[in-house]
Amino acid sequence: MAVIREDLQTQEIELNMGPQHPSTHGVYRALLTLDGEKVVKVENIIGYLHRGIEKLAEDRTYTQVIPYTDRLDYLAGMLNNLGYVQTVEKLMGIEVPERAEYLRIIMAELSRLASHMVMVASMALDLSGWTAWFPPFRERERILDLFEMTCGSRLTVSYMRIGGVAADIPPGFLPALEAFLNDLPQMIAEVNHLITGNEIFQARCRGVGKIDLETALAYGITGPNLRACGLPFDLRKARPYGIYDRFEFDIPTLNNGDSYDRFVIRLLEMEQSARIIRQAVAGLPEGPVMAKVPRVIKPPRGEVYHQIEGAKGILGFYLVSDGSNKPYRLHIHSPSFVNLGALPKIAAGGNIQDFVVNIASIDIVLGEVDR
Amino acid sequence: MTMLIEEIQDHFPGVQIEQGVDMPVMVVPADRLLAVMEELKEKQGFNFLSGLTAVDYKDEDRIEMVYHLLAVPAAKMVRVKVNLNRQEPEVPSLTAIWPAAEVQEREVFDLMGVIFQGHPDLKRILCPDDFTGHPLRKDFQLNAGEGRE
Repeated sequence: MAVIREDLQTQEIELNMGPQHPSTHGVYRALLTLDGEKVVKVENIIGYLHRGIEKLAEDRTYTQVIPYTDRLDYLAGMLNNLGYVQTVEKLMGIEVPERAEYLRIIMAELSRLASHMVMVASMALDLSGWTAWFPPFRERERILDLFEMTCGSRLTVSYMRIGGVAADIPPGFLPALEAFLNDLPQMIAEVNHLITGNEIFQARCRGVGKIDLETALAYGITGPNLRACGLPFDLRKARPYGIYDRFEFDIPTLNNGDSYDRFVIRLLEMEQSARIIRQAVAGLPEGPVMAKVPRVIKPPRGEVYHQIEGAKGILGFYLVSDGSNKPYRLHIHSPSFVNLGALPKIAAGGNIQDFVVNIASIDIVLGEVDR
Repeated sequence: MTMLIEEIQDHFPGVQIEQGVDMPVMVVPADRLLAVMEELKEKQGFNFLSGLTAVDYKDEDRIEMVYHLLAVPAAKMVRVKVNLNRQEPEVPSLTAIWPAAEVQEREVFDLMGVIFQGHPDLKRILCPDDFTGHPLRKDFQLNAGEGRE
């Protein structure tokens, strides 16, 4: 028979998770207050990767800022490039050649695919689904090969330019892209068979880290995480930038707002990205890939805010120009930073094991959080 | 959009509004900020805080707070600005209206040195706790110079 000792007391303890922890997806530290296995309070401690990109930008020319944007969300470099160059183009009123617009769409959507693949793979891995790590990373490798073919770089691409793109695609690009798109449904099916329908995976994710739509909006959550709460809000449709208004695609939504839905929504969005790429390839016109822009980029005095639908949510660039060849101020509104800000709200009250699931399902990239 | 401009000007005489390159821009006195934000959120449908930052205009001796609001799902946007005294930049916190402001205001406090009145936990977020100065100020010294290591 168990003996109950009245003189023993329980108390809350504090536990540091990270910054060197495999489940934190980078140098992120959480200070957890625990009551037994229950998470009472979460404090985010970030800044380990703060490189001062906003400050650095003030001392670089407009073109020199482009490589820094690769290093924000380094899993979706093309999207960051796109957001930045479109901001400068908006302020200067530059028209981009048609072919460049289409190439930008292809690259941006490939980047989104690559980013979602990393999310899907690493979330499975965080839940000990080792096998499911391989199909997404196998296919992502082919996306990176396509990037390498085009611009020589796989991750830090710096492919977009103010007024177009750096280079036209090489001859082997379209066949390789076609083959990749043909194989994509199989990869999604593999993940679905291995993980999405897996009983253990569902038991770990369903109902974990639930957030309702109203709270999500109040906390500024955007992107797939918002759409997993049931709101079909996507800037590509709601406020189209570039030539997104020419393509037909759906905005998948799910209704539970839990970790499981945040996982599944990425798989659904992959299919839509593939649809957009196919249309862009079909409509790809011939012609130049760079507009005629001045050798020295000097936007007029003024300010502009431009937002795109990044892989993790709304990515915004606020640019103030004083008429010189360097930005007076460049603020980067990063989706990971804001989404991570909601993590204490999402994770409080859950189990400590679920905390790992919550981090993985929100899909943060610390390069973008810390900038 | 002209409707919005007229209504705001009717309710808040001290607010200046103009049409910017990309969206309407309002300049609001600091003490009217919360009232204007409430109006924009509750009555005008700008229910989403889509950006919060600050710019240091050192030559004009002011720091400008810049807020971007987004209407979800209509996707209209508006920019709200507040001019602050560069020596004592203080502005009411928006955390009570949008919890999303919490981390973003901490960032502005950290990098620009703006004090947000009513913020529940105003402390540095990106720089280390023992860091001195506010890096995004224009007079922040980047290179280790005299008297600094």
